[in-house]
Amino acid sequence: MALTSDDVRHIARLARLALSDDEVERMRDQLSSILDHFQVLSEIDTDGVPPTAHSFELSNVERPDVPGEPVSRDAILEGAPRREDGYFRVRAVLD
Amino acid sequence: MSPASAINLDLTAHEHAERLRAGEYSSRELTEATLTRIHAQQPALNAYITFTDELALAQAEAADRRIAAGDAGPLTGIPVAVKDLLSTEGVQTTAASRILEGYTPIFDCTVVARLRSAGAVIVGKTNLDEFAMGSSNEHSAFGPVHNPWDTARVPGGSSGGSAATVAARGVPLSLGTDTGGSIRQPAALCGIVGLKPTYGRVSRYGVVAFASSLEQVGPFARDARDAADLLATIAGRDPLDSTTAPQPVPDYSAELTRGLDGLRVGVPAQFFEGLDDGVRQAVEGAIDAFERGGAVVERGVELPTTPAALPVYYIIAPSEASANLARYDGVRYGYSFTEGSSVEEEMSETRRRGFGDEVKRRIMIGTYALSAGYYDAFYLKAQRVRTLIQREFSEALATHDLLLTPTSPSVAFKIGEKVDDPYAMYLNDLYTLPVNIAGNPGVSTPCGFDQGLPVGLQLIGRPFEEGTLLRATHAYQAETDWHTQAPPPLA
Repeated sequence: MALTSDDVRHIARLARLALSDDEVERMRDQLSSILDHFQVLSEIDTDGVPPTAHSFELSNVERPDVPGEPVSRDAILEGAPRREDGYFRVRAVLD
Repeated sequence: MSPASAINLDLTAHEHAERLRAGEYSSRELTEATLTRIHAQQPALNAYITFTDELALAQAEAADRRIAAGDAGPLTGIPVAVKDLLSTEGVQTTAASRILEGYTPIFDCTVVARLRSAGAVIVGKTNLDEFAMGSSNEHSAFGPVHNPWDTARVPGGSSGGSAATVAARGVPLSLGTDTGGSIRQPAALCGIVGLKPTYGRVSRYGVVAFASSLEQVGPFARDARDAADLLATIAGRDPLDSTTAPQPVPDYSAELTRGLDGLRVGVPAQFFEGLDDGVRQAVEGAIDAFERGGAVVERGVELPTTPAALPVYYIIAPSEASANLARYDGVRYGYSFTEGSSVEEEMSETRRRGFGDEVKRRIMIGTYALSAGYYDAFYLKAQRVRTLIQREFSEALATHDLLLTPTSPSVAFKIGEKVDDPYAMYLNDLYTLPVNIAGNPGVSTPCGFDQGLPVGLQLIGRPFEEGTLLRATHAYQAETDWHTQAPPPLA
């Protein structure tokens, strides 16, 4: 299954991953080869077989709705690369 | 009291625990001796990313007070190393990635919190493949880990540091994580015991997430008793992880001594394809030992879909990873590229500079598999095949108490040998991946040598029957001495 360089750029954009032209080429070849190995799955009959997202049955895990002690805002912001007035700071999203 | 230099660091945790309680030496002395050794081994092994000497000595002194007060459990005062994927309050946690540069968690993951309350002494954070993605520990931003049996070779991965330091007699116990074999495969390649618990047996809270439906934290040790004690400490329901199972945690150490007699052991045909001769011979020797011990061994058990576990894994794990790793945006913590002209450019550049090659490859595969037009063909298909694999394990284990296989198709390979061929690297986990896909527990224990390097035997059990795996491992270790063999002293 051969991916094109444009495919790779599109996927990289979706993943918010900047790639150099060299990386695009290398990724195109490596991913195409890995995808080839996935083809064996199409030979397995899965008609009527439900998908498994999680390996054992567990549903509706609940706990009493009791307020706890929140983590302090200062502690969370301590590791932020850029912060201002108690918020994370990013570049303006809108001009 | 004996001087720290006289303490025998080849002992297991339970042997140290007896001596601590008898007052032969203190945890402080044991910890000092341990720190001296692991620091001395660091240039040869590179098993650690962070040493926590100060924390360890404080924990050791607290442990000594508990021992004196008669309030000691099996791990009180025992040095333990933890994979640097486990969040530790106040101690940097890197996941072996540049993207977590400068990150110090403000909380402990549940397993580390449980180690602390058990009185264990945390001596350091071990090296790994970046975000636990890899089978050789070569994909670390902090350099590769070396195998103590031959430092030109890999220790396996992704929990390579945790395996290498236990094998080199640095610490008696460590914690790793296993998403597709990342505990069992390095345990095999380093000649020690490594156990992947049933999915849901151990809390994942505070474990840096890679593939959430597959991964579990588990113990490395040199014998079954130590693995049982460490598993008992970390296992059980956690209100902070709603995927933990409500089943009670049994008394693993009580199950240990029940022997092999009458155990029904299946040997699946599909797990003996594509392996080295020396590995096959060592595993055949183990089958004989199980029969001598009274186990009823049936060969030729069929798990026909399990070879497809490899592609299933390399669709599901990267898909989950591509979502889990979306959080690394350079906004809230870790490395951040701040010289771009837009939010998108800064995020994309942060991720390009912060992630290594293997992580990028997996994010790309996962993003592709989940993208519009491909979801059904890849992700959904893989989940359906996952159901088939799970059913086959369940059927095979309806008539057998456990399945016996090699852990890895070959012994430790040379550093650099497979690093340029991602798919050849993935084949290392051929026999371990199916177990994560199904969710069952698995353990690897040493069963011989090939070319002078350790071979691992894998036992696979029914969900939540880790006790049976530990019982069989203990009985096998009573009949053999592979697990007591130490690598040569490091130069």
